Amino acid sequence: MKEILTMRHIDKNFPGVRALSNVDFTLREGEIHALMGENGAGKSTLIKVLTGVEEFESGDIRVDGIEGPVINRSPEEAQKNGISTVYQEVNLCPNLTVAENLYIGRQPRTAFGTIDWKTINENAKKVLTDLDIDVDVTKNVEDCSVAIQQMIAIARAVDISAKILILDEPTSSLDDNEVEKLFTLMRKLQSKGMGIIFVTHFLEQVYEVCDKITVLRNGELVGEFTVEELPRVQLVAKMMGKDFDDLAEIKSAATETDNSHKEVLISAKQLGSRGAVHPFDVDIYKGDVIGLSGLLGSGRSELARTIYGIQNPDEGELFVKGKKVHIKQPIQAMKLGMGLLPEDRKDEGIIADLSVRENIIIALQAKRGVFRLISRKQQEEFADKYIDILQIKTAHRDTPIKQLSGGNQQKAILGRWLLTDPDFLVLDEPTRGIDVGTKTEIQKLVVKLADEGKTVVFISSEIEEMIRTCRRMIIMRDTYKVGELPEMEISKDNIMKAIAGGAEHE
Amino acid sequence: MNKETSTLKRMVGHQLFMPIISLIIVMLITVVYKSLFGKDGVHLDLTFFQIQITNGHLYGYLIDILNHAGGLVILAIGMTLTVASSAGTDISVGAVSALCAAVCVRVLGRENVVADYSTGVYILAFIAAMLVGALCGVFNGYLVAYLDIQPMVATLILFTAGRGMAQLLVNGYIIYVRKESYKWLGSFFPHIPLPSALIVAMVVAVVMYLVLNKTALGLYIQAVGINKKASHVVGLNSKMIILLTYVFCGWCASINGLIKSSEIASVDANNIGLMMELDAILSVAIGGNSLGGGKFNLFGSIIGAVTIQALSTVLLSMSVESTQVPVFKALLVAAIVVFQSPEIQRWRRNRKARAAAAGKKVA
Repeated sequence: MKEILTMRHIDKNFPGVRALSNVDFTLREGEIHALMGENGAGKSTLIKVLTGVEEFESGDIRVDGIEGPVINRSPEEAQKNGISTVYQEVNLCPNLTVAENLYIGRQPRTAFGTIDWKTINENAKKVLTDLDIDVDVTKNVEDCSVAIQQMIAIARAVDISAKILILDEPTSSLDDNEVEKLFTLMRKLQSKGMGIIFVTHFLEQVYEVCDKITVLRNGELVGEFTVEELPRVQLVAKMMGKDFDDLAEIKSAATETDNSHKEVLISAKQLGSRGAVHPFDVDIYKGDVIGLSGLLGSGRSELARTIYGIQNPDEGELFVKGKKVHIKQPIQAMKLGMGLLPEDRKDEGIIADLSVRENIIIALQAKRGVFRLISRKQQEEFADKYIDILQIKTAHRDTPIKQLSGGNQQKAILGRWLLTDPDFLVLDEPTRGIDVGTKTEIQKLVVKLADEGKTVVFISSEIEEMIRTCRRMIIMRDTYKVGELPEMEISKDNIMKAIAGGAEHE
Repeated sequence: MNKETSTLKRMVGHQLFMPIISLIIVMLITVVYKSLFGKDGVHLDLTFFQIQITNGHLYGYLIDILNHAGGLVILAIGMTLTVASSAGTDISVGAVSALCAAVCVRVLGRENVVADYSTGVYILAFIAAMLVGALCGVFNGYLVAYLDIQPMVATLILFTAGRGMAQLLVNGYIIYVRKESYKWLGSFFPHIPLPSALIVAMVVAVVMYLVLNKTALGLYIQAVGINKKASHVVGLNSKMIILLTYVFCGWCASINGLIKSSEIASVDANNIGLMMELDAILSVAIGGNSLGGGKFNLFGSIIGAVTIQALSTVLLSMSVESTQVPVFKALLVAAIVVFQSPEIQRWRRNRKARAAAAGKKVA
């Protein structure tokens, strides 16, 4: 098959981070090619480099039919060179018609210089019929379903430049039926000889529609594989950076844990939140360290957030210490002894302009209520205590937290929750983006908390870390809770198998 | 670096430094103008700072400014909190002031000229006005906090409708209140030397300072204004906190309406609080508060409000025609705001740094 896009030895650095290092990527005519990798693997950066959103330092991009190396400086230029992208958030104008959206910016004119509506509508109809997309072209885009909007965006991209199409997480907001329709369209384009780069985190979909898989990890190329030669478990292993063959390691300290005599702290029965996590059952015991494992978007964060009340549950029941509760607000969860360190530190963790001191005491203050202000002296004692225990590097306790490094911000947020003395603490990606030393400290802290009889739910993309700290694993896949592994069975091998969806864990 | 320069630096760097300087400049301009163009030729004229006691009440330029600034100070306090919690301004405060004043006279009577009533009825009318102000705040706050409507759009509704409702209440007439005690709030209470509006503004300011600093409310409002999502995760009811700031702002508008109505001993639905929402927003900005929400300084807004009132009073005393006052006010405000802008501040810092570097080289 003819190669229509080759990227060779692509390097890209962000300040302090190597985003892409010597990455190769090849797309052939009539091929649907999955680009896979965990968070921070470099998928988006590679796409951005290709489409001119980001510049790259060195490397060579060639597109079939164009002499010499291609460097795109903007998405528009990329489009001229035959590369179009459709993102998860559709970028159409909702208040214009389907036909207008297809021809916006390149409207055919009449002899008088006015827009030729007749031709626009006729052409639009033809383009969409060719692709078997059934929609009235004079309808406003906002009246179409998300799936149809996505297809219109694709049709527009295809009509402008019919060579290389990039689909960046196109299926995240679609239901099964709509996904199937999208796949039909993708296959149709494939049969016309188009090359499609498909970025997704849904494993099933990769195996359903793709021919080739390129895996990236930490900005480096792991390899290019055909779908047949790479079973799911192998793919997960490649994404997570563990060679399946090397997984002979046996966990030594594991003991058969008998949960029957343990005190149940939290128990969920068919608790679910539509669109975020399918109904699940889970029992959480006192002193447990539970790992929530799964790929990005598998619902691992959402499960914890549903218990904590950030995500409102719309079905099922939740029991805390045997009592039925309805948690609609985090404050209710906090009063029941819970705490949650969110995944997105910047968006949901730090309160940037407030000082380290205020950031540490805010949760305890919220728990105590508005009228029982913690005295300034006590605030300072609390802040100093956790700055000391967690070794937070800050100029002063009254320094705005935004001036601290990511790792130190994270420690301050951890201090915030430790100060509330929770019985049940959820740590969602507590070690992301922080240095190795701090990572180890946080892992030790988790184990120590459990020894003190507190219950910790630990969520991390790094499987090593989970194995080191967790006593039980809950496996999530595509927003379903698909299994649990007791301590005896926790191994990279088993976790990856479960994540990938082997028959034995269905 | 010796201790003196570092104290000076801290002063200059303080959020209140620029607002206070602005106020001082306005006063200086007045003194210079009066000295140069006074009736008796060129001589130092300090009547601006003179304060006299007549009939047991204080009189003078400064008192006049503080008296007239009372309503605006209260509005500015309310506005500061909505800005802090929601990064949005409540542009309905002027119209709500008029509405509340109208409610007050409507409770007093049905006739166009309100006759004598007992004190009890007056108190009832004032309470009704305050309740309506707070209710307007609930409406605004609900739209902003719970329906996530842009604050300016949400408060635009009452901005437009408020005066109309007030007109309906007074049947389109200007209603006079012919009772001496009705004028007290806008001038002086008997046997009290300070103007009433100043006293009310001081009470509101002190009470709010205590509420914000002796309870956790001040911290909550800042946290919600900086990061609503993070505040929710740590257990704050972000929506309720935003709603509360709008309710308080609405209440402030009602107090302002009562003061303004008392000043003229009547209710003029077309003119009470007219354009005051803009002055209130400006007070917050001149006070060095970011309109982007988050951290705030109540005292800065208060100084901002006094500065704006000082400008108006001073311009009128310079016999600038009242219709032209806004032009001069705009010029001065533009100067103050430009001088405080981050770009100019950065330029000043850079210039200072360059001068310091050059000085070192010479040495």
